[in-house]
Amino acid sequence: MQYLPNILFAIALILGLGYFGINVKKLIRNIKLGQDVDVSDDKNQRFNNMARIALGQSKMVVRPIAGLMHIIVYVGFVIINLEVLEIIIDGLLGTHRIFLGVLGKSLYGIFIASFEALAVLVLFAVIVFWLRRNIIKLKRFMSAEMKGWPENDGNIILYFEVILMCLFLTMNATDLPFQEMNSGNLVSQFIAPWFSGFTEGTIHIIERSAWWLHIIGILIFLNYLYFSKHLHILLAFPNTYFGKLKPKGELNNLESVTAEVKLMMDPDADPFAAPANPDTIPAKFGASDVTDLNWVQLLNAYTCTECGRCTSECPANQTGKKLSPRKIMMDTRDRLEEIGKNIDANGGTFKDDGKQLLNDYITPEELWACTSCNACVEACPVSIDPLSIIIDMRRYLVMEQSAAPMELNNMMTNVENNGAPWPYNQMDRLNWANEN
Amino acid sequence: MSEQLKVPTMAQLMAEGKQPEVLFWVGCAGSFDDRAKKITKAFVKLLNRANVNFAVLGTEESCTGDPAKRAGNEFLFQMQAVTNIEVLNAYEIKTVVTTCPHCFNTLKNEYPSLGGSYTVMHHTQFLKNLLDEGRLSIEGGQFKGKRITFHDPCYLGRANNVYEAPRDLIRKLDAELVEMKSCKSRGLCCGAGGAQMFKDAEPGNKEVNIERTEQALETQPEIIAAGCPFCNTMMTDGVKNKEKEGQIKVMDVAELIANAQDL
Repeated sequence: MQYLPNILFAIALILGLGYFGINVKKLIRNIKLGQDVDVSDDKNQRFNNMARIALGQSKMVVRPIAGLMHIIVYVGFVIINLEVLEIIIDGLLGTHRIFLGVLGKSLYGIFIASFEALAVLVLFAVIVFWLRRNIIKLKRFMSAEMKGWPENDGNIILYFEVILMCLFLTMNATDLPFQEMNSGNLVSQFIAPWFSGFTEGTIHIIERSAWWLHIIGILIFLNYLYFSKHLHILLAFPNTYFGKLKPKGELNNLESVTAEVKLMMDPDADPFAAPANPDTIPAKFGASDVTDLNWVQLLNAYTCTECGRCTSECPANQTGKKLSPRKIMMDTRDRLEEIGKNIDANGGTFKDDGKQLLNDYITPEELWACTSCNACVEACPVSIDPLSIIIDMRRYLVMEQSAAPMELNNMMTNVENNGAPWPYNQMDRLNWANEN
Repeated sequence: MSEQLKVPTMAQLMAEGKQPEVLFWVGCAGSFDDRAKKITKAFVKLLNRANVNFAVLGTEESCTGDPAKRAGNEFLFQMQAVTNIEVLNAYEIKTVVTTCPHCFNTLKNEYPSLGGSYTVMHHTQFLKNLLDEGRLSIEGGQFKGKRITFHDPCYLGRANNVYEAPRDLIRKLDAELVEMKSCKSRGLCCGAGGAQMFKDAEPGNKEVNIERTEQALETQPEIIAAGCPFCNTMMTDGVKNKEKEGQIKVMDVAELIANAQDL
């Protein structure tokens, strides 16, 4: 019976990690539903970007208050998670504070003291975040797409963090030998007296409960990620690695179109020639559903944590248009999840549900409001590119459906016929040189 | 207008067996839009003044395809691009300068993979080079001490990270350069990009150019400097909407430099 806690701990760990693993597999499968795209170039630059933007949080601090608070929570979680390592070893081996013996009293004290200090800072930052969402009601958290689950999701994450930090501090405060050692109890020494009225046995039960709830809370939080916007804590790294390296203004040239254009321009081409591969389905131009997007765009969608910096910088959104780059990303993820669930429910194959990303999630009105100014791309702290999805969907509207706004059709007719977006004659292009 | 502009075309130079050091890509706005034509002429005056051996394509130039591409018509874009590349490559063009950030972005970034690789410069970069090489001098003239705010064109700034060349030129005018609350990488769009220039805006509560003009007016400028013919139009309309056209001028950086020297 003395091994019962160890066994229970191992079971909890296996269940927690196992279920998370199943969902990660689903996540990867869903992302792979996207079209292939070559991102094997310039690995140095890509690692550099990941180190600078994800690890170094370089874009977070563009907004100093939110940026600083976020760095506290980020550093807090990364460092405090070293403590989780100790908990896991203790839990499996039935030891108590195994690192104390390894590191020695003073060094261990420094570690735990820094964890405790960070825990307090994290609590402070999380409370500020909560106030920004719920009391100050910052505009970017109040948009239409944030109603309902996204709003609750944001708060649930904050509550999780408060609970985990409180459990960590309680666990240390009620660990009587640890308090007696008086090394590393930087913060918990002030909490310990709250429990002085209890018997030693009760305090031990509180300590054990806090310890268990802390690790189980972390496992639950880990599994919550997949169902939440909070996946960014993991996906920010691959996403910044695979992010766009080219100048922001450069849109990709569709290769399927290049092939057609080259054929049209080739004087030796035989217009009646049989297609080289008669069985292949001609490429679809642009995107009407998430499976037409490439996998990096789908990874973008799962990485989005709905901070709304893109939307708050968007000129269309600022002037009351329906377009919100954040909604573009949320819709892409929601539709991808819907397709994933459809595949799960139908034994591994997608059964047509009569829906698509275009119209059922994103309306043409949103797409046509974009000025392609790249403010959203610049604003994103984790290198998400909402503009590329907007352009791909415009491509579908124009090239597959001829559904551009009428004025744009006029503009394009002019370009086609006169070589200018206005109805001027190309032969008059140099008239300015002789005008006064 | 003191002297006649010298605007050689590539066809003329070719006939004379000459090759210019740079091709001036005028763009559709610069060729046809009355306001933008003034920018074109101001830039040519500066090229003439600095004795730059340049040429234009004239009637052989055609839309780069930028608005078509941003509107989603990749076919039309690539048709335009391939046609233009044939002309540019036939003339063995190596260096291109343009007064339009949209042409600049498309020529520089989107033509290479279709077979057209050139060194492409925005006119503010080109003028900055002329200045650094001592081929052009800039004096403050009428703009000395004036409050000037610079509106970053999205396709020059965020799209291609060119923020300093236009500002360096404005500083050379001994003008007081004041920044708007959104500037450089966080500059607000004028509302014209992505083919919006050619259509009405979607329903909203404000026009983008009014929002941007309000940001510009907050700096209490005497001049709003621009580096893009479309931004110029949008900001000019915004200033008119605010009934400030009597006090505040919207001018391209090339016009500022040319006017300062009474060219």
